[in-house]
Amino acid sequence: MALKDIAVIAGIGQTEFGKSVEGTEAELACRAITAALDDAGIPASEVDGLASYTQEATDEVAIAASIGAGDLSWFGQIGYGGGAGCATIGHAAMAIATGQASTVVAWRSRKRGSGGRPWAGSNQLDVPAQWTRPSGVLRPVDEVAMLTRRHMHEFGTKREHLGNVAIAVRGHARSNPAALMGGRELDMDQYLASRMVSDPLCLFDNCLETDGAIAAVVVSAERAADCRQPPVYVHAFAQGLPRGHQTMVDYFRDDPFRGPSAVAARSLWAGADVGPADVDVAQIYDAFTPMVLFALEGYGFCGRGESGPFTEDGALDAGGSLPVNTSGGSLSEAYIHGFNLITEGVRQLRGTSTSQVPDAEVCFVSSGDDVPTSALVLRR
Amino acid sequence: MTSTLDPSSDAAAALLEPVVDPVSAGFWSATARGELTVQTCLGCGAHRFPPSPMCPACHSVASAWRPVPGDGTVWSFVVPHPPLLPAYAELAPYVAAVVALDVDPSVRMVGRVVDAGGGPIEPDRVRVGDPVSVRFARHGAVHVPVWALAPTDQPADQPLHEHPEVSR
Repeated sequence: MALKDIAVIAGIGQTEFGKSVEGTEAELACRAITAALDDAGIPASEVDGLASYTQEATDEVAIAASIGAGDLSWFGQIGYGGGAGCATIGHAAMAIATGQASTVVAWRSRKRGSGGRPWAGSNQLDVPAQWTRPSGVLRPVDEVAMLTRRHMHEFGTKREHLGNVAIAVRGHARSNPAALMGGRELDMDQYLASRMVSDPLCLFDNCLETDGAIAAVVVSAERAADCRQPPVYVHAFAQGLPRGHQTMVDYFRDDPFRGPSAVAARSLWAGADVGPADVDVAQIYDAFTPMVLFALEGYGFCGRGESGPFTEDGALDAGGSLPVNTSGGSLSEAYIHGFNLITEGVRQLRGTSTSQVPDAEVCFVSSGDDVPTSALVLRR
Repeated sequence: MTSTLDPSSDAAAALLEPVVDPVSAGFWSATARGELTVQTCLGCGAHRFPPSPMCPACHSVASAWRPVPGDGTVWSFVVPHPPLLPAYAELAPYVAAVVALDVDPSVRMVGRVVDAGGGPIEPDRVRVGDPVSVRFARHGAVHVPVWALAPTDQPADQPLHEHPEVSR
């Protein structure tokens, strides 16, 4: 049985985003979840499923009790941080499709703006970090920068191509009042002149650090007919973990550029009635600009090694051939581990985006490349 | 040639020490002797790195750390800038590379790049494709591989693609 269009994202909700938002991660999660339930017009007592990321400050038990959920018949967590977002929706859709649950909430809550960086100051090294971190590959930006330079060497990708991603996403943010960088312009001169963080990656190649929470409600298409908003169908879903993969430090197997995105892409498009050419708008995980390039290639929006040139001539901008991260993404709206990409996909298909693609019918959403990942095709 | 370097001069700001666990212990006892080794499957002879409990090719759980020549080629590198952990901030900007072993290029290891004498390298001197050879540096009680740029004026291999190298 295919997942196709059985489940619907019926409601979305979020807190404010900021460098420091008051409230614990648990409280922010509850606020986002109840906002999503209100958006759908579904009472919390109907919630019988929860989908979340591992690496959470609170667990399902606390959240379920606080929002007043009913008895739960399905609950699951997905690992690998930024790779998990789409999978929370996909797993919820599978629970709906098999009848394990009828009303699933998925959420992400973070205080990365006011809280610390999880890896800072830690001498706890787990495999494979013990083989990389002592040598000074300390932060996720260093880990991705290593693959970025190799991509530049193998395919001729240039800093300007990464800059095109940052500038396009900043451009979309400028239409979004909720975007933290919406008030700040960015052009190529500024991009190229900005300070290096992990050469070849500079300041503007890095996403924001944000406090906030975002949630979504997933129900069956039949149930969605009685909800308040137009349905957004979960048309296809896939996960991807390449053979021999070593998460962010994916340096040790033959071809790191056949990455998690490429693996997820095979089953994603096999389960869909559409292909990359039918996608009207894309929300591509952007903790770092090179991840967008890797995903463009992996999911078949362009050929292997061709993502740099693909970004040229405004392709990712409003009006371009593939507008990307239209609420400002992780780079310029907020960094909530990619969950705002999912909700922006929903808005595009409802017609309520602040950077609306006219008549958008199919939206692609991806979670983090370079880690075990997931992706969705949403449609209206 | 395995000169031991001790770049950590401040006890309060120490370079990270790798965890010596049952899986990796053989590697670190070898580096303490100035020897680079690779986990080698005793069932089929395949190398694997990072080490793991079972050989994915033949499913043997028997392995040994076998010595390999310390010659390698830079596969990629980064130059981290602060904010960094204190001991690394002191070294920054330093070069951390992925190095493919010449004896078996499917084996790649991560280590800092140093100059031929074992000291800090000017980041502008490093290119993908540069030949390097292993040295060992003290991180607390553990000897960590670092990679010395070959002392030559010859240019490194051309990039796989025609475009010029990234400029800073």
